[in-house]
Amino acid sequence: MKVKRKFFEKNDLKYTLMTVLTFVVFLMLWQVLAMNNLIVGEYTPSPSEVLEAFIFKIYNVGPDGNLLITNILTSLQISMSGFVLAVIIGVPLGLLMGWYRLLDRFVRPIFEIIRPIPAVSWIPLMIVWIGVGTEAKAVIIFLTAFIPCVLNSYTGIRQTSQALINVAKVYGASNFYTFLHVGVPSTVPMIFAGMRIALASSWSCLVAAEMLAASAGLGYMINMGRNFGRADVVVLGMIIIGFIGYIFTTVFTVIEKIVVRGGTI
Amino acid sequence: MADKVKIKVDHLTKRFGDLLVLDDISFEVKKGEFICVVGPTGCGKTTFLNLLTRIYQPSSGELYIDEEPADPKKHNISFAFQEPSAMPWLTVEENLEFGLKIKKIPKEERKKRVDRILKLLGMENLRNAYPKQLSVSEEQRVIIGRAFSTYPDLLLMDEPYGQMDIKMRFYLEDEVLKLWKEFGSTVIFITHNIEEAIYLAERVLILSNKPAKIKENLEINLSRPRDVTSEEFIELRKYVTDQIKWW
Ligand SMILES: Nc1ncnc2c1ncn2[C@@H]1O[C@H](COP(=O)(O)OP(=O)(O)OP(=O)(O)O)[C@@H](O)[C@H]1O
Ligand SMILES: [Mg+2]
Repeated sequence: MKVKRKFFEKNDLKYTLMTVLTFVVFLMLWQVLAMNNLIVGEYTPSPSEVLEAFIFKIYNVGPDGNLLITNILTSLQISMSGFVLAVIIGVPLGLLMGWYRLLDRFVRPIFEIIRPIPAVSWIPLMIVWIGVGTEAKAVIIFLTAFIPCVLNSYTGIRQTSQALINVAKVYGASNFYTFLHVGVPSTVPMIFAGMRIALASSWSCLVAAEMLAASAGLGYMINMGRNFGRADVVVLGMIIIGFIGYIFTTVFTVIEKIVVRGGTI
Repeated sequence: MADKVKIKVDHLTKRFGDLLVLDDISFEVKKGEFICVVGPTGCGKTTFLNLLTRIYQPSSGELYIDEEPADPKKHNISFAFQEPSAMPWLTVEENLEFGLKIKKIPKEERKKRVDRILKLLGMENLRNAYPKQLSVSEEQRVIIGRAFSTYPDLLLMDEPYGQMDIKMRFYLEDEVLKLWKEFGSTVIFITHNIEEAIYLAERVLILSNKPAKIKENLEINLSRPRDVTSEEFIELRKYVTDQIKWW
C-alpha cells in the first residue's frame, strides 16, 4: 500500500509538470504568432493583450457595460438554475419512467419527439411565452440539460441487474422498496454521467441563450466584444467560459467520488 | 411435528415458450429436512428455485409452503444465488444487513447478527470493504452470509460453493449443517458436486435431463459427521454419479 502511494505521487507530479509545460508552450507559440501577425488577420489578440483585457475588465465596464465579475455571476446564475432544475425534474422522471412501465408508456412518446429538437430552436417561442428575462434563458438551459438527465437515469435503471432485484424480492420487499434500495443506487454512476453531460452542455449553451436580448453575462460580453471590434474581449470571454467549465468538471469529479460508493463506475 | 410438510410441489410444470423445462413434478419436503438436488447442467434446477420464490410463475401446477401457495412476502425465505449478487454500492457489513432491513429487524439485533455472521465467515477485517475489493470466493461468502443472516425458515442455495477452494468448501459445508441444526431451517441445496450432496443431505433428489422429472429420490442414512472416505460413502457417490449420466 505504502509503495503504491508513493508511486502515484511521483506520477502525479510528472503529469502536473507535463500539463503546465503544454500550457507554457502553447501560450508562447500563440504570443509569437500573434505578434508577427501570422494568425489570420491582425485582429487576433496575443495572450498578453488578452491578459490586459482581463485586468481592464476587472475594474472597467466597457465595452459591454458590466464589470467582468457581474458577467460571470449573471451567467453562473442562469446556467446553474437551468441545470439544477433539470436535475431535480429530469433524474426522478427518468428513474420512474425506467422502473414503472405504465408511466413509460405515457411519457416516452412525447419525450422521444421533444428529444431531437435542439434547445436553441425554442428561443423564439420562449420570447413569446416568457419574454427575454432571466427565466427565458434558464428555461433554454434547462431544456438542454434535461435530456441527458432523463436519458441516463432511464437507461441506467433499465439495466439494473435482475439478480440484485431478485435478492430484494425473495426477502419480500415491495416493488417501491426495491426501486429505492436496488434500482436507484445501482443507477447512481449513470445518473452522475448524465449530470456531467448536462452540466457541460448547460454551460456551453450559454452564449446561445444570452443572444436573447441580454444586458449582462459572458455570452453577452462576447457578443458586445464582437460588435465593438474588441477581439481581446471576445477571446477573454471564451477563455473564461472554458476555465469555469474546467472548474465545474473538477469539482464535479470530487463530488462524484464521494457519492458513488463501492467504485461501481 | 417433525414430519410436518414444509414444501409441497404439486404437478409443477414450467415452459419457456416452446421449451418444456420442468415436466409435471410432484414431491414433498418435510419441515427441517436437508435436501440436495443434483442433475445435469441446464435441466431446470435454478428454474425450480425461481418458481418457489415466485421470481417465475408456474405454467401449471402449484407450490405450497406451509400449506399455502408460496409467497416470499409471507414466508421467511433466503436464497443464495448462483451468480454474484452482492450489492456493489454496499459494504460487506451493509450487504449482510440488507435482508434484515427488509424484514424490519431492529438495529441492535441487526448489529448482533452481522457481527456473528462476519465471525462465522472469518471476514471481520473486511467488514468495510466493497464487493469490488473482494475475490470471487469472498463475495460468494458474503452472499451465503446474507442468506444465513435472516435465520430463514426455508434456505435455498443454488450451487453456493462452486467458486470455493476445497478448504473453504469443507468449512462452509459444516457451517451450513450447523446453522441447519441450530435453527431447524428447511434447506434445499443445489449442487453439481455429488460428494457434497451426499455429505450434506438427508435426501438427494436426482433430476433427469431436460425436461426434468424426478429420476430418483434417495435417502442418505449415513451417520454424522460423515466420512467421505468410508466405503458406504464411496458406493453411494458412485451410484448417484451413474444415475446422473445422460449418455
Ligand atoms: N428466463 C428464461 N427464459 C427462457 N429460458 C430459460 C429461462 N430461464 C431458464 N431457461 C432455460 O431453462 C433451462 C433450465 O435452466 P436452469 O437455469 O434452471 O438450469 P440449471 O439446472 O440451473 O442449470 P445449471 O446447472 O447450469 O445451473 C435452460 O435450458 C435455460 O436455457
Ligand atoms: Mg442453475
